[in-house]
Amino acid sequence: MAALRRYARNPAALLGAALLLLVIAVALTAPLLFPKDPLGLAGRPLQWPFANPKVWLGTDASGRDIAAQVFHGARVSLLIGLVATVIAIAIGIAVGAVAGFYGGIVDDVLMRITEAFQTLPNFLLLLVLVAVFGSDITTVTVAIGLVSWPAPARLTRAEFLTLRNREFVQACRVLGMGDARIIAREILPNALPPVIVYASVVMAVAILLESALAFLNLSDPNVASWGNLIGAGRGVLRTQWYVSAIPGVAILVTVLAVSLVGQGLNDALNPRLRGPAPVKAASGAAA
Amino acid sequence: MSDLLAIEHLSVRLPPGADRSHALSDVSLTLAANEILCVVGESGSGKSVLANTVMRLLPPGVRPDGGAVLFRGRDLVGASEAEMRRLRGAKIGMIFQEPMTALNPLRRAGDQIAETFRIHTKLGARAIRDKTLALLDEVRMPDPAAALRAYPHELSGGQRQRVMIAMALALEPALLIADEPTTALDVTTQGRILALIREIQARRGMGVLFITHDFGVVAEIADRVAVMQAGRLVEEGPAEAVLDRPQAPYTRALIGAVPPLLPRAPRPGTEAAPILTVAGVSKTYRKGGGLLAGLLPGRARVTHAVRDVSLSLPRGTTLGIVGESGSGKSTLARCIVRLLDPETGTIRLGDTDLASLSRRAMRAEARRVQMVFQDPFASLNPRRRAGELVAQGPMLHGVSRADAMAKARELFGLVGLDPAAMDRLPHEFSGGQRQRIGLARALALEPELLVADEPVSALDVSVQAQVLALLDRLRDRLGLSMLFITHDLRVAGQICDRIAVMKDGQVVEAGPTAEVFSAPQAAYTRALLDAVPGRAWIPGRPEMPVV
Repeated sequence: MAALRRYARNPAALLGAALLLLVIAVALTAPLLFPKDPLGLAGRPLQWPFANPKVWLGTDASGRDIAAQVFHGARVSLLIGLVATVIAIAIGIAVGAVAGFYGGIVDDVLMRITEAFQTLPNFLLLLVLVAVFGSDITTVTVAIGLVSWPAPARLTRAEFLTLRNREFVQACRVLGMGDARIIAREILPNALPPVIVYASVVMAVAILLESALAFLNLSDPNVASWGNLIGAGRGVLRTQWYVSAIPGVAILVTVLAVSLVGQGLNDALNPRLRGPAPVKAASGAAA
Repeated sequence: MSDLLAIEHLSVRLPPGADRSHALSDVSLTLAANEILCVVGESGSGKSVLANTVMRLLPPGVRPDGGAVLFRGRDLVGASEAEMRRLRGAKIGMIFQEPMTALNPLRRAGDQIAETFRIHTKLGARAIRDKTLALLDEVRMPDPAAALRAYPHELSGGQRQRVMIAMALALEPALLIADEPTTALDVTTQGRILALIREIQARRGMGVLFITHDFGVVAEIADRVAVMQAGRLVEEGPAEAVLDRPQAPYTRALIGAVPPLLPRAPRPGTEAAPILTVAGVSKTYRKGGGLLAGLLPGRARVTHAVRDVSLSLPRGTTLGIVGESGSGKSTLARCIVRLLDPETGTIRLGDTDLASLSRRAMRAEARRVQMVFQDPFASLNPRRRAGELVAQGPMLHGVSRADAMAKARELFGLVGLDPAAMDRLPHEFSGGQRQRIGLARALALEPELLVADEPVSALDVSVQAQVLALLDRLRDRLGLSMLFITHDLRVAGQICDRIAVMKDGQVVEAGPTAEVFSAPQAAYTRALLDAVPGRAWIPGRPEMPVV
């Protein structure tokens, strides 16, 4: 795979992949290293990191182990990021593909709906959804997916608009191929690379959105998410800053990893944008 | 007479990973003042790199690594960037292929011409305006005062190219470089622009370096000709000598592949009963409006792409539809295969009226009429393997995968491709080979009628000859009837039994090719025939390339 080789030549992308693997490893080892409930009492509250070898990252204001919460929080954050991204990308592709392929009235209606979503700040919309439907972890994840689909929809639509009039699509119609098959089997694979790249942005934003909700005490308080931990540290931010800073670093590393991987994928899948310009040897009859 | 431009042993290196190490290898050419030197070659021959090397407009990573480009004795390869800026525009003018992209769409035409004066002279605004007007007049712009204020999109392709020429000529350069200046233009416009370049060149005594792939254009305009192949100069000499007595085998093969502007010999059986009868077909395009278009009638712009066209195609023959861009020929072709829905009229294929079928019913009839597309790069899905592309059609119509692949294998042999290449992706094939894949895909459904929309216009001339011969052979062998859309009368004469000439959506003349060529009835047909570049030159045919 040429794309894979191009990816491997990009040091920033490799760093991103390494960080992402690290976060995944943290998530996978959490139940092995911290088999007890991460939200259970672990010791005296507000112990500084590295002061007590039993709770090596210290404890929060309620006396819960910060290290255990960070490790288990990786599972929650990655899961929310992944599921919300899948929801957002699926809706986005479906809306964008139909709008871009059919155009006309269908496109007008779908795009006006998309714009209605886009004009609302998505965090406000998320707050409304959580306020109405409650804040258990499933609802929060679905809600994040529901507020994140407009951008992938627009991207997919733009790709479909340029691809639908290509001669290879016309050739399929001349062969007698139906619309659904043309959309799913002929156009979509060609439209996918930029959408996949954009999925990394959606995932990073989804993780941040959940943290922001948790910071406002609006996420599910019964799971150990990084946002909940930051929210818990809010009250002691000036004296015991590490309670918020440690999960903050975890979020930073994860979002950075996802962004670097996305950027690396972008460069690997769209090689023309990088490196020396393609050489136009001659125009001649090819024009 | 001393040389205006002398290119001595010039080599230009390509970055690593390109398909060859040098774009140009050891090219030596001279151009005297007051002559037109045509550099001619197929795509990839390095002719555009040659023009860009003289102008020092090479892309990053591509640079000369030997030889010299002497302009009035001064070596441009080693000249400083500041010196090149003083030369470009002032002493050396350049015209590009695509007049739309070479002009800034946000600035008025007059303003863009005036820019040259503002950069290189100290003239006042009034003097610049007068000079710009005079230039537009010199390039025979209809209504120069209006053109001064026009934006590029308000001008036609030919008018835009006139603006480009006016810009290039503004400071009376001694050398004009023209890189395929008429390739993007219609044939009648091309004829006028060629005449204009010739006229201004003679009046000003300029040297012109003219890059082209078209031997017709060469015959029309060249004093001397240089033929290039894969970065090397293969032959150089006076125009008549190269065109009529080519020495190098490559030049002979190239010229042999240029179709002469002559009708093909009439074939027997061209008066058979019609397989396709088109009657009263019209198609209009509506533009603008959007969601409110239905509520505000009369707002949308309406274009009559095809107006009341009637045609018939006798079984087993080829009907050519010839016209310039915007004549509606491609729209008509797309109506016949029902990529577009005609508003009125009937399209009878045998007993079936294709125009009245529902989309679902048309899908079932799809196997009876198939299409070959213009662009060999865009017409194949880049993510499907060649064999699969060909087998796709039969599989859609219920043939099992194994049978369809076997059929694809057979078709690969029929169109002259190696069946072993069925597992490759489209980008691993050349343009001519891709066009053969497109042809195999169309033939896989065993259609009665093949609609070919400019199937050879994107191909180099030698490949074009092979594909035309293949189409001709397959029509006879498979008993096909063919509708052949083209803008090129030379190609039409080569392959069509009958020709219909279209202009502004209407058929202005139709008849057997020989009659249309020898005794055109419509004034427009005569204008088209007169505008074919190099029409007086009948290329000698030493031997046809073996197909």
